[in-house]
Amino acid sequence: MKKSLLLALSLVCSSGLYAMTWTATAAETPADSGAKATPAKSFTVTDARDRVVTITDASRIASIGGAVTEILYAMGLGDRIIAVDQTSTFPMDAKSKPQVGYTRTLSPEGVLSVGPSLILATDGSGPRTTIDVLEQASIPVVMIPEGHDAEGVLRKIELIAAAVGEPEKGKALADAVRADFETLSRALEPVKDRPRAVFVMSASGGAAVVGGSGTSADAMFQLAKATNAMADIKGYKPAQDEAAMISEPEAVVVMRDGGQKLDADTIFALPTFLGTPAARDRKLLTYPGSYLLGFGPRTPFAVRDLAVALHPGLEIPELPARPWHTEPVQ
Amino acid sequence: MSAEQSSSLPVTEHKDAARPVAAGLVLFGVLAVAAFLGALAIGPFSIAPGRIIAVMWEAWSGVETHTSAMLRERVVVMDVRFPRAVLGVLVGAGTAVAGAIMQGVFRNPLADPGLIGVAPGAGLAAVAWMVIGSSFLVHLPDFFQVMGLPLAAFFGGLVTTLLISRLATRDGRTSVATLLFAGLALGAMAAAGTGVLVFIATEQQTRELLFWTMGSLAGATWIKVAMAAPFVAALLVLSPFLARGLDAMALGEAEAYHVGIPVERLKRIAIVAVAAGVGAAVAAAGVVGFIGLMVPHLARLALGPSHRALLPASAMLGAAVLLAADIFARMVAPPAEVPLGIVTALVGAPFFLWLLLRRRAFVG
Repeated sequence: MKKSLLLALSLVCSSGLYAMTWTATAAETPADSGAKATPAKSFTVTDARDRVVTITDASRIASIGGAVTEILYAMGLGDRIIAVDQTSTFPMDAKSKPQVGYTRTLSPEGVLSVGPSLILATDGSGPRTTIDVLEQASIPVVMIPEGHDAEGVLRKIELIAAAVGEPEKGKALADAVRADFETLSRALEPVKDRPRAVFVMSASGGAAVVGGSGTSADAMFQLAKATNAMADIKGYKPAQDEAAMISEPEAVVVMRDGGQKLDADTIFALPTFLGTPAARDRKLLTYPGSYLLGFGPRTPFAVRDLAVALHPGLEIPELPARPWHTEPVQ
Repeated sequence: MSAEQSSSLPVTEHKDAARPVAAGLVLFGVLAVAAFLGALAIGPFSIAPGRIIAVMWEAWSGVETHTSAMLRERVVVMDVRFPRAVLGVLVGAGTAVAGAIMQGVFRNPLADPGLIGVAPGAGLAAVAWMVIGSSFLVHLPDFFQVMGLPLAAFFGGLVTTLLISRLATRDGRTSVATLLFAGLALGAMAAAGTGVLVFIATEQQTRELLFWTMGSLAGATWIKVAMAAPFVAALLVLSPFLARGLDAMALGEAEAYHVGIPVERLKRIAIVAVAAGVGAAVAAAGVVGFIGLMVPHLARLALGPSHRALLPASAMLGAAVLLAADIFARMVAPPAEVPLGIVTALVGAPFFLWLLLRRRAFVG
């Protein structure tokens, strides 16, 4: 086993060496790009990872993340988007843009090939090696924070607006979204009895994968003043049939475009929901995935839809018509 | 070289076989060089082939990049395609040679580096890093945020293999049959461990893991190249010294021992070298399936079973096939990229099936 020890030793030594060279090259890059930046039009933002990013040109944006894309369209900047990721499915126009793949496995050359001047990416996009290469090519990358509440959505809007140099448009959008959220929270103020609901992500092979605590579905239930019947589970997990029955959900929420048809017949035939109030009333609520879980500007509308369905007796005012809520009419 | 090779072979070879073997080796070499140049020249970011040479020359001689277009070209060539192509050579050559050696050691044409636990062990360590390591990732130095996963995968694969080979060794003799079963058992245990971790993982981590198991050269950097290179190079440099022994082993372990091959030492060296080489390849590029199985067979079909020719031929053909598959993975759905393992499996799985059927026809 001496050989393996030797191998291990040499690897540790070499990794230490490379660590040093790597940090050295990483330190050079920002100084280099800073010197070249034209001070006339450039501006800086602090992104989700507390990095100060200098932006000189926001005319060709690669938009990575469904909410990021929606926010850009909502500010009327859809024509600046030159590429999107897999999760950018709304509005329809976004689907016609070149698609760079899954947010966490971006290919450096793929992103470079569309020639972006700015990359707006949901925090967690990667891998790191790709982000490093993009920054080396002096393309600013702004990480947009994830956020599963009203404040989170507003933070996204403000940062994106700042990064594209359109703070007024951002303020207008943020004000509207804030007003919508406030309208809802006022309307939901009197709710005492929170209905119990469960979000089903998929149900292949007869096992329902449900949204537990810490998921975006759970956050939606909180906003709609409902109780997540599956809050004992963490993350998206297969539900244990008996536990699901005991939790007595009154409604089941599913995505329309989850890749698999989840209609009432499918869901309530699952042993998971046998005998639950939801199955008795056949109460199944279906929404598009990006609408329900996107946490973008359309979220107040999704919360209202959910709240109207879950609190039948409650008076919830219509939200004012917003251009970003519906598909733009061509 | 080929003349003395056939004369010293323990297995009798036709004298006139030397020339086609040499021609085959040259052909595979040309293929590998062509694939390497293709990997440099072809990509979703279009650069004229002439510009690529110019860009490399500029970067080499330290010419300043004046425009952002120039900078982007240089980054694409020097920081994306070049390290990626070199990593492709290392992964392809290393995996294919490892496959050829494993097939020789196990005396089974269906053997694969995965048999001695490299992939399952590396997979378990990788998923452990993704799921558990990520929670304390922020406290680690920057280097480990990028390189933690490949390092974990490398050691995971190496430790599993050494454990398996330890289990199969008794009184200094390594039983190939026990090796196989210990590999299966430990592989199953590692897979179970991976399953447990997947269960507690978040949706995103699960997806990341899924992509990792499909393999990709997308994250290629010079650091990864430099970390994988010593181990793959060690395997490649060592392989000619194993060739004669592996040829003799084809007759049986006892027979090889009687013609003076130190069988036990050969097996141990082969296993450690394969584990380190494949471990480094898996660490750098994830699990890229079927290269280790498919390429040695292709080389054997073309050049015959002698390991003297088979090992270098596998190395060159492995590099060529992997680079070609990677070009396809990059170009099939630009600007997105298909995982490399999907491409190799798509070609490899039907080949494997054909191989089984053909074998059945022979054996009956």
